[in-house]
Amino acid sequence: MTPAGADAGLDGGPSLTPPPFTGAEQAAAYKELGLTDAEYELICEKLGREPNGVELAMFSLLWSEHCAYKHSRKLLGRLPTKGERVVMGPGENAGAVDIGEGYAIAFKVESHNHPSAVEPFQGAATGVGGILRDVFAIGARPIAMLDSLRFGELDSERSRFLLDGAVRGIGHYGNSIGVPTVGGEIYFEEPYEHNCLVNAMCVGIAKQEDMVRAAAAGVGNAVVLMGASTGRDGIGGASVLASAELGDGDEAKRPTVQIGDPFEESKLLECCLELLGKGLLVSLQDLGAAGLTSSAGEMASAGGVGIDIDVARVPLREADMEPFEIMVSESQERMLAVVEPAKVAEVLALCEKWQTGAAEVGAITDNAHVRVLDGEEVVGDMPVEALVDGCPLYDLSPAEPQGWIYGNRTTLATDTAAEETLLALLGSPSVASKRWAFEQYDSVVGSRTARRPETADAAVLAIPEAENAIAISIDGNGRRVACDPYAGTIEAVLECAQNLACAGASPLGLTNCLNFGNPEKPTPAWQLDRAVQGLADACEALQVPVVGGNVSLYNEGPEGPIYPTPVVGMVGELPDPANAAPSVFAREGDAIALLGPFEPSLAGSELAKLRGELDAGLPQPDIATVAAACTTVREAVRSGKLSSAHDVSDGGLACALAESAIGTGIGCRVDVQPLRSRGCSPEEALFGEGSGGFILSGERAVLESLGATLIGEVGGNAIEIAAGDRSLSVELAVAESSWRSLGELLDGAYR
Amino acid sequence: MVWGVLQFPGSCDERDALHACGLTGEARLIWHEERDLGGVDAIVVPGGFSYGDYLRAGAIARFSPAMEAVAEFAAAGGPVLGICNGFQVLCEADLLPGALLLNENLRFVCRQVDLIDAEGGRLSIPAKHGEGRYWVPEKMLDAIEANGQIAFRYAPGQNPNGSARDIAGVRNEAGNVLGLMPHPEHAVDAMTGSTDGLQVFEAVAGSLV
Repeated sequence: MTPAGADAGLDGGPSLTPPPFTGAEQAAAYKELGLTDAEYELICEKLGREPNGVELAMFSLLWSEHCAYKHSRKLLGRLPTKGERVVMGPGENAGAVDIGEGYAIAFKVESHNHPSAVEPFQGAATGVGGILRDVFAIGARPIAMLDSLRFGELDSERSRFLLDGAVRGIGHYGNSIGVPTVGGEIYFEEPYEHNCLVNAMCVGIAKQEDMVRAAAAGVGNAVVLMGASTGRDGIGGASVLASAELGDGDEAKRPTVQIGDPFEESKLLECCLELLGKGLLVSLQDLGAAGLTSSAGEMASAGGVGIDIDVARVPLREADMEPFEIMVSESQERMLAVVEPAKVAEVLALCEKWQTGAAEVGAITDNAHVRVLDGEEVVGDMPVEALVDGCPLYDLSPAEPQGWIYGNRTTLATDTAAEETLLALLGSPSVASKRWAFEQYDSVVGSRTARRPETADAAVLAIPEAENAIAISIDGNGRRVACDPYAGTIEAVLECAQNLACAGASPLGLTNCLNFGNPEKPTPAWQLDRAVQGLADACEALQVPVVGGNVSLYNEGPEGPIYPTPVVGMVGELPDPANAAPSVFAREGDAIALLGPFEPSLAGSELAKLRGELDAGLPQPDIATVAAACTTVREAVRSGKLSSAHDVSDGGLACALAESAIGTGIGCRVDVQPLRSRGCSPEEALFGEGSGGFILSGERAVLESLGATLIGEVGGNAIEIAAGDRSLSVELAVAESSWRSLGELLDGAYR
Repeated sequence: MVWGVLQFPGSCDERDALHACGLTGEARLIWHEERDLGGVDAIVVPGGFSYGDYLRAGAIARFSPAMEAVAEFAAAGGPVLGICNGFQVLCEADLLPGALLLNENLRFVCRQVDLIDAEGGRLSIPAKHGEGRYWVPEKMLDAIEANGQIAFRYAPGQNPNGSARDIAGVRNEAGNVLGLMPHPEHAVDAMTGSTDGLQVFEAVAGSLV
């Protein structure tokens, strides 16, 4: 059968390259590419024939979980995405919120987990490169990066190797391209041993009038491929087709890991922003997963048009690439633009100025098909609807597991003295200072960074364009989500909101990356379902719209799924960056108070982990009361009357106090008796965790006026906490050496 | 007073340098392919990764048309300030003595450091680089020290990269070309941490008077 519209557009004959295989061989090929029998039949039905090799490669990628979100899209519909300040929501390359004066803040978080588990340096580097392109694809200049990383325990050589490579990779790319890395988080837990997580978040600023959407438009407009040339990088499952086309004993077309080149991206970034500033582009899209296939298909789908791509015009690194390889290559640092014919020459000239490659590779058509041409020959022809939106969406079959399904490992005895317990917690890699990592990142380029890592609970960047500032936080404690996916995910959102409140910021929008195991299995399906519900409920209650995100499923090792890890990135605004409260104490003699509905419990805590006492279940956080506390703290911070504000998080109140004290070199004297009236034991008061706790320091009268509970004062050179039979006193220098132990641990291993 | 700030493909800190220069005069960017510096009074070769720093940091940038013009400008006594990658470029161009090697611990480092200037003044300025370990042969080191060419040293205990004799910045013999690894352009606003970097720009501007 001749595909409809095959004779429109370019003047190639309608004879389409036939399928490479027949019968059982074809079935083996599509199964190896990850398609089910039912999906393959649906493709044949939509095409009215069997797909050829190019088409099969393209369908298999766009119908993958990664591109089609076939196991998560139905759940994601629960998330609130509307809000007065939303400029761009889900579906664009990145979300964006209004920051005033005609400017928008664009942001998105994305995962690069599996590549990083194979090759951590390039995996993390290209993760950074990819999220940067998402942000400048909408016309925003990237101004900040944050990272959320998960590895196995650091006593494993593999975990140290992955951590070292990922941190170097993030630094290599971010530092070289001149975008500051201003924050992030790293956790170390056994279930990430084989499947580390590398999530990168980029934040950018755009003049709203210069912003551009990804939807292709304008029949007859040219399609221009910009940036690096196309090679065989990252040709994943589709390699089965490559091997099929080779004779026995031929040189193997081995798929390779994507390699990042930040210099190429730096030129591409400046070039794209100049092109957009001059109004030369109709639309712009980055080439990420599935390369030209997904960018061309998605641009056509969003614009309701067709697109022709001539692979013979794509600049190649290797001359003998097959059409399907060109269509699915994941070579980095490439962008696809739609340009009016009259402006093509000017676009190519500007690319020349920036020494970035550019070639006109196709055109927008009116036939609603994606056609792949190889010069005169049509080598693929598929309806856009079938290719991009035709993948069936699946319901999950969730089932709650019985109890705690992950392991427990005891590294701290229950009868350990309170002092030793505090030191063990401070030295636990997940709680310890991450200075070793963040000092490898440029956090100051761009002249906007008002609060650097570990000086405040959120990163703070000045936005002189709108005469205000933004605060950014990224969070997601997978262990707590494993204990209770619903409550744990709410806690991740609340943690971000609390971090923003400490900086004096009110939330504008949220992005998320859902890192889970195999959704076709009942337990990860249940975790995903409950986590998305928690995310939806928390965002609804806080009135924070979700403006974008990413889903990474099938994160499993031989022992089972990773901890379910929703990573939440939140952006807020504040009027004056100078008032953003530090997280560390400021002066001797200040009073210390606890504010908020904090009801500490050892469930899911760092201490429970060290003791090997992890179990299913968490107390349910009360979102409304935490939100009210956030408002109180935010207003107090904005008034400039507080000396410091820090939320109680991993390791509980004792660790939060220690962090505030170590960071400034002044100790504290605290009595947790007031917490005991909340019904918790001395140990829970010291080391228990949960949402809603803020530690504030400042003048006594100011703290009292906020309704905060006074618990002590700043001073001395020790952390002294009266807690009945668990009272403790630890010298600051001793606490600091535990808290700063990560560098020695890691560079000791790599000397 | 008009500053010219060079811009190479791969420059990162050129906008920050432009902003800092703007606080002590007028400032404009100069594209790397320009051979004409347009009559500016002083030049900043900014930080970043010019031409990707492939081959060796600064090794390609020194051959750019703009750097050829800067060499002539410097030879005529014009003030030139090289920051980080700019310092590396000036060393590659033989406008300054020595070379910048990989940091001793082989890691990029970003940290606020205290510098001691030639008069003993203390400046708090961020350093951020992977190749900042200053090195010259021992004999030359003695010579540039005797000539008073050491412009900045890291304060005791704060050397972040293993530089010889804690050197953070050097001048040429004539004194009109200055290079340093830490970033004074990132220390011109209390909001971002410090204003001590302004002194560096003011000193270069002052050398014109």
